[in-house]
Amino acid sequence: MPNSADYSEKIPNNVELHEDRRLQRALESWQPNFLNWWESMGPTLPTRDVYLRTAVNVGREGWAHFGHVAMKDYRWGIFLAEHDRDRRIGFGEHKDEPVWQQVPGEYRAALQRLIVIQGDTEPASVEQQRNLGATAPSLYDMRNLFQVNVEEGRHLWAMVYLLHAYFGREGRAEAEELLHRNSGSEDSPRILGAFNEETTDWLSFFMFTYFTDRDGKYQLGTLKESAFDPLSRTCEFMLKEESHHMFVGTTGIDRIVERTVALMIEHDSDDVVAHGGIPLPVIQKYLNFHYSVSLDLFGSETSTNVANYFTAGLKGRWAEERRRDDHRLTSESIMVDAITDGQIGQTEVAALVGLNTDLRREYISDCQNGVNRWNRTLEQAGMTARLHLPHIAFNRKVGAFSGIEATPGGELIAAAEWEAHKGRWLPTDIDKAHVRSLMQPVHERGKIAGWIAPPRHGINDKPFDYTYVHLP
Amino acid sequence: MTSVASAPSGSAALRPDRIDFRVDPSRYRHWRIDLDGPVATLTMDVDESGGVVPGYELKLNSYDLGVDIELHDAVQRLRFEHPEVRTVVLTGGKDKIFCAGANIRMLAGSAHAWKVNFCKFTNETRNAMEDASAHSGQTYLAALNGTASGGGYELALACEHIMLVDDRSSVVSLPELPLLGVLPGTGGLTRIVEKRHVRRDLADHFSTRTEGLGGKKAVRWRLIDEAVPRPGWTEKVARRAAEFAARSQRPASGARGISLPPLAKTRTDTEISYGHVTATLDRTGGRAEITVHGPDTDAPADVAGMHEQGASFWPLALLRELDDLILDLRTNETGLGTWVFRTKGDAARVLAHDNLLLTHRDDWLANEIVLFAKRTLKRLDVTSRSLMAMIEPGSCFAGSLLELALAADRSFQLLGVFEDIDPDAEPATITVGPMNLGPLPMGNDLTRLRTRFFGDDEGHAAVEARAGEPTTAEDAERLGLVTFTPDDIDWDEETRIALEERASFSPDALSGLEANYRFVGPETTETKIFGRLAAWQNWIFYRPNASGPDGALRKFGTGQRAAFDRKRV
Repeated sequence: MPNSADYSEKIPNNVELHEDRRLQRALESWQPNFLNWWESMGPTLPTRDVYLRTAVNVGREGWAHFGHVAMKDYRWGIFLAEHDRDRRIGFGEHKDEPVWQQVPGEYRAALQRLIVIQGDTEPASVEQQRNLGATAPSLYDMRNLFQVNVEEGRHLWAMVYLLHAYFGREGRAEAEELLHRNSGSEDSPRILGAFNEETTDWLSFFMFTYFTDRDGKYQLGTLKESAFDPLSRTCEFMLKEESHHMFVGTTGIDRIVERTVALMIEHDSDDVVAHGGIPLPVIQKYLNFHYSVSLDLFGSETSTNVANYFTAGLKGRWAEERRRDDHRLTSESIMVDAITDGQIGQTEVAALVGLNTDLRREYISDCQNGVNRWNRTLEQAGMTARLHLPHIAFNRKVGAFSGIEATPGGELIAAAEWEAHKGRWLPTDIDKAHVRSLMQPVHERGKIAGWIAPPRHGINDKPFDYTYVHLP
Repeated sequence: MTSVASAPSGSAALRPDRIDFRVDPSRYRHWRIDLDGPVATLTMDVDESGGVVPGYELKLNSYDLGVDIELHDAVQRLRFEHPEVRTVVLTGGKDKIFCAGANIRMLAGSAHAWKVNFCKFTNETRNAMEDASAHSGQTYLAALNGTASGGGYELALACEHIMLVDDRSSVVSLPELPLLGVLPGTGGLTRIVEKRHVRRDLADHFSTRTEGLGGKKAVRWRLIDEAVPRPGWTEKVARRAAEFAARSQRPASGARGISLPPLAKTRTDTEISYGHVTATLDRTGGRAEITVHGPDTDAPADVAGMHEQGASFWPLALLRELDDLILDLRTNETGLGTWVFRTKGDAARVLAHDNLLLTHRDDWLANEIVLFAKRTLKRLDVTSRSLMAMIEPGSCFAGSLLELALAADRSFQLLGVFEDIDPDAEPATITVGPMNLGPLPMGNDLTRLRTRFFGDDEGHAAVEARAGEPTTAEDAERLGLVTFTPDDIDWDEETRIALEERASFSPDALSGLEANYRFVGPETTETKIFGRLAAWQNWIFYRPNASGPDGALRKFGTGQRAAFDRKRV
C-alpha cells in the first residue's frame, strides 16, 4: 500500500484521503480499473503530452494548475467545494434542518440511483468522443477536447468517490459497473440513450458541449442543492469545471459561424460547401438535433420520482435559494407542456410533479443566450439570416410530444409529412458526409482548418500558436 | 371471546402506562392453583374489578391481558415447580359460566395494536398448554362447569379433553361471527377442524349459532368429549384426571421442582436489564439493541448440578429473561420496530450447556428447559418486529444462541476484526450445534436451519457437516448462514444504513413481509393460527362492517343493529 503522502501526491484532494482507510482501499482497487478504462475507452490519438488544467484546490484563488502532462499521468483529483458548517437544507420536508453528512438509510436507494445516473453520463462522453482527436482542426481545439475528456473523467471520479465513501459494498459494486457499461455497447450500454451515440465530427462535438453538457450543468445544479452535503459540495465544484466545457461549445459554434460568414462574404454566396465551409442551414440542422435530444434528457413533463426527491431533500430546483416561494411546494401548481384537444398546449399539475418542466424551462432560456451570441456574429457581419432554437415539441422522443410530429416552428404535422420533410430540419446523410469530409486534421502549430475561425484568445493567456499538444 | 358486560365504553383508547408480565401465585387475582398429588386444578375466577386497565368490568369470567398473564405464569410454574403434576384440570370458579371469552368492552376500547398483541400472547399461552400436554406429560383437561363461549371455548379447545356439564343449559359456542361480525381470534376455527376433526359443514353451522351447542349433540359433533350430568360431575372429573395422570411419563413422586423466584429486572425509559440480557431502547432510531450474555461459568458436570442451580442455571435464567423482554418490548414498546441482537461470551460454554441439556432429555428439568427454549424462540418468530443479528468479535452465536441469528430476518457477521478497537481480537465465528439440528423447531415444525435451507438439502447438509466447528464470516456467508459479512471498514456504515433504511419502511408492510418469509414450508395448526387466522381477523377488524360507525363491533351492546355493506370483497 502506498503511504499516505503518495496518495495526496497522486490524487490531489481535499477529503483527507491520507486519513481515510475506506477511501484508500477504494483507490487501490478502483484506480487501476479506471486507468484500464481510460486506456481502452479514452482518446485514441497517441500524444506525448497536453497542456492541461489540473484541479488542485477549491479556493477562489488558483484552484487549478496549468502545465503539459502526459494524459495517462493526469492527476484525477477528488475535490469538494468548501465545507459550510452551518449549511441547512433549503427545501422539501426537511427544510431548515442541518444538512446530512451521512447517507440517511431511508434515502440510500434514491441517493445511490441519482449518483449512479449522474456518474454514468460522465465517462460516456469520453467514450463518445474518443476518435475526435485524430481530426482536430487545430492543436488548440485538440487540447480543449482532451481537457473536456480528462475533466469528465474526474467527474466520474467524483461520483465514484461518493459511492465508495458513503454507500458501502453496494456503492463499490455500482462504481465498478460504471466502468463496465460503455457508450454504444450492445451488451451493456450507458443508462441514458443520448450517451450512446458516437460523436463523429467536431460540429457535433461543439453542439454536444453546448447543449448536452449544459443539461449536465442543470442536473448538477439541482444536486448542488441536495441535503446530502458531500453530494452538494461535489457537484458545486464540478460546476466550476463544467463551465469550461460549455465555453468550448459556445465559442466553437461561434467560430464556425464566423468562418461561414467570412466565406459567404468572400465568395458572395450562401453556398459555402464548395469553399470548404459549413452552410448556415446545416449548422441550424445540427442545432435542431442536439437541442431536441438534450431536451429529452430532462425526462417527462411530470415525474413523481423527482417530486419525491424534492420532498425528501435529495434534489432541488435550479437556483433554489433565489426562488420566492415556500420551498416545499405542497400547495403550488405549474403549467406543463401537454397535448390538449389534439393541439400543443399546456395543462396544470401540482408543482411538485412538474419539476422536470421547471428545470427544462431554466435550461431553455439559458440555451437562448448562446444563440443570441451567434446571431450577433451574423448581425455584425451584416447578415439577415439568424439561428433559432426549434420549438419544444420538435423531434421529441420523451414526454408529452413523443407521440406527435412538429416542425421547428411548432406546427403540428402528420407523420407522413414529417417523413417527407425532416431532411429540411435534421442533418441528412449528405449533410453529415459533407461535415465529415471537412474533418481533416491540422496538427501544425498555429494553423487551423478552413471550416472554423481561430479563437480570439488562447488558453491561460497563451497565444493561439502555442504548442498545446505534443504529438509523438 | 365474548362477554356481555355493562361497563361504560371508554371513548379514549384504553392503555396502561406499562404492562409488567412478572407475577406469581401470591399476587393472582383471577386464578387459583390447587395441588393434589399428580393432579393440579387451575380455577379461573376472574375478579370483575381487576382489569389490567380501567374502563371495563370483567363480568362473566371474561378475560383481559391481566387474566392471561396470570394463566401464562401458572402454566409455566406448573411445569417447573411441580414435576409431580401430570394432569392439569382447567375449570371455572363461577356458577353456570365457565368463561365468556375476551372482554368485549376491553376490545372495543383498545387500539388495534393492543388487540393484536393481546391475541398473540393469548394464542401463545394456548400453545404452551398444548405443548405441555404433548411434550412434558402434563395433560390439560377442560372441566367446563358452565357455558364456555368464544374465547372461553377456545381455551377449552387448547386442552386435550373437554368435559362439559350436562345441565340442559350449559353450552359451548363461538358466537363471534353472528354477534360481533368478527372471527374467534385465538385458534377456535383452526382447532375445531384440525384438532377435533369436527366436520367442516357442522363447524360452519356451529360458528354461526350464537346459542352454541351442549349435551350429547355437542359430543356427537365432536365439539366436546363428554357431557357429564351435574350429579357426579366432581367425581367424573377426578376420575378422568387420574386416568390421564396414569399415562404420563413425568417422574414418579419424589422429583423436586425448582422454584422460579421473581426476575431481577431494572427498567428505565432507555434500558431494560436483567442478569444475562440487556436492551437499550433507542427511540430516535426506533430500535432495541439487545445483548445476550453467554454463561460466565462452566456448565455443571451433571444433571444433579443443574437441579442444584435451579432457576439460576444459565439456560433457564436466560430464557426467563428473554421471554420477559420479548413480552415487555412487544407490549410496551411498539415504536421500536427493529430488534438488534448481539451476544457476548464464550461459545464453548454455550455449547457445553446445550450438551448437558440434550444428553439428558430424559431428565424432566432438562426436557422442560429445552421446551421452554423452543417456545421462547417461537415467540420471537411471531414477533412483528424486524429482527437483526450482529455477529461481532467476542460474540457467542453457537448452538442455542445461534438460533437468535437464524430467527433474524437478516444477519451481519464482521469479516476480520475491528482494527481500531481491538486488532488482536479473534474474528467473530458462529457454531452450528445439536440444538440447531432438531430440538428447537419453529411453528412450521421445521428447524430454523431447515426453514432457511428449505428445498436446498445440499445446503443444509453442508451446514450440518460443519456442526461443532467455529465458522468464520467468509465460510458462513458461503454456507448461507449469514446474510452479509462487511469488514471493519464497511461495518458501521453498512449496518447503520441497513437499520435506518429498515426503520423508514411501512411497519405494516414489514410485518407482512417478515411473517411471509419467516414461515417457509408446510402449514401447521400454529402457522395457520398466526398466519391465516390472524391475517383474516385483522382484515375483518379494519373493515367498516366491523369497526365503522355502524359496524357490528361498534353497535354491540347498544341495542341497535349493525348495518352491513352487503357487497362481498
